[in-house]
Amino acid sequence: MDLKFVRTTCPYCGCGCEMLLQVLDGKLVGTLPSKTNPMNQGKLCIKGWNAHEFVQSPKRLTAPLLRKNGSLQEVSWDEALDFTAGRLKEIKETHGGDSLAFLTSAKCTNEENYLFQKFCRVGFGTNNIDHCARL
Amino acid sequence: MIEEIRKHVKALIEEQKIAAFLGLKDQAGNIVPHLYESVDALGEGFSIGEGNSSSPFRYPLASLLMTLVQTYADKTFGVLVRGCDERAINELLRWNQIPAAAERIVTVGLACPAELAKDHECRKPFPDTFVAGEKAEPVAYESVREVMVMDLSGRLAYWLGEFDRCIKCYGCRDVCPVCFCNVCTLEEDVLIKTGDLPPENPMFHLTRAVHMAGRCIDCNLCTEACPAQIPLRTLYKKVAEIVRDEFGYISGEQDSGKSPLNILGPQPGHTSANE
Repeated sequence: MDLKFVRTTCPYCGCGCEMLLQVLDGKLVGTLPSKTNPMNQGKLCIKGWNAHEFVQSPKRLTAPLLRKNGSLQEVSWDEALDFTAGRLKEIKETHGGDSLAFLTSAKCTNEENYLFQKFCRVGFGTNNIDHCARL
Repeated sequence: MIEEIRKHVKALIEEQKIAAFLGLKDQAGNIVPHLYESVDALGEGFSIGEGNSSSPFRYPLASLLMTLVQTYADKTFGVLVRGCDERAINELLRWNQIPAAAERIVTVGLACPAELAKDHECRKPFPDTFVAGEKAEPVAYESVREVMVMDLSGRLAYWLGEFDRCIKCYGCRDVCPVCFCNVCTLEEDVLIKTGDLPPENPMFHLTRAVHMAGRCIDCNLCTEACPAQIPLRTLYKKVAEIVRDEFGYISGEQDSGKSPLNILGPQPGHTSANE
């Protein structure tokens, strides 16, 4: 028998509500708000209440996808990164940095987001950066 | 109180009357639900959630228990119950959530202190049998009286104002121990438009209130889970009063028979619904 309640922080936005992930036989089956955290005081928003759904969802990508001949195909990380770096450089040289926009995620750590915006601002000389929690 | 409960649970596990006990655990000051599978586990961190008000330790143990009983079909489970948890279990069994599950549930009762009962206006702050705690007085529904003194237009304005803050988090429904429907009316687009924020006022909340008729066991977890602090308990308590007055049914009681809203067909003793 395996039922655990794991205290963790919601990955969605900057509020950082504490929640309990209900794990039954290794599968995430539910979410409960943590009652003792002074930040959310036993309450969650709709994203938090359903945070357990995406973690083990079969719809999650497991490999990089590249569009070839009109359809998306699984490729290796090396191929995907080489292609992306090459194309980004090309576009910047031809159309300028402001023709690009960068979208990051509130699910990343602060450090990852700092790195990403430096990449965008210093690497490509553009301010076109935003993230999913603002959408 | 905690020692009496711990002793009782220890005996249940040792005598193999239960395979595991669903209770609470103190994790560095945070109380979370926990499944205790052995006597050794009952040491450090065993908690029964003691406190007077602002209860940062009440969880829908009844619905967590139902998950266990459904998943492990051959095992018997012990569970920590307050008055509300026991009412929830009685209702869930009555609504056939797991047929013949009553034999696989062993409740370990805990009576709530008077301050906690008053905080939630609890109509029965103790289970039918309990191992620890003392019976506190049932509390009258003051919050319902306060709303009912207003006239009809005053009450309508009051509730429209309260529902206006709803952010449609579905927390009230997600935390409710007696909400078990696989297909929830509140998510059916033809009845409640998806994408509406705030949700249709007042239809979203009145729909939920009607669905709570003959079902809500008055645990107040919904109000605690509402980020907009809507006084949901006042609304559902009023609905429960109407069900009591019109049908003579009080949810959660041991022997009240089926909820009137669960009966399809003519009344017992009649052959047609028209008699």
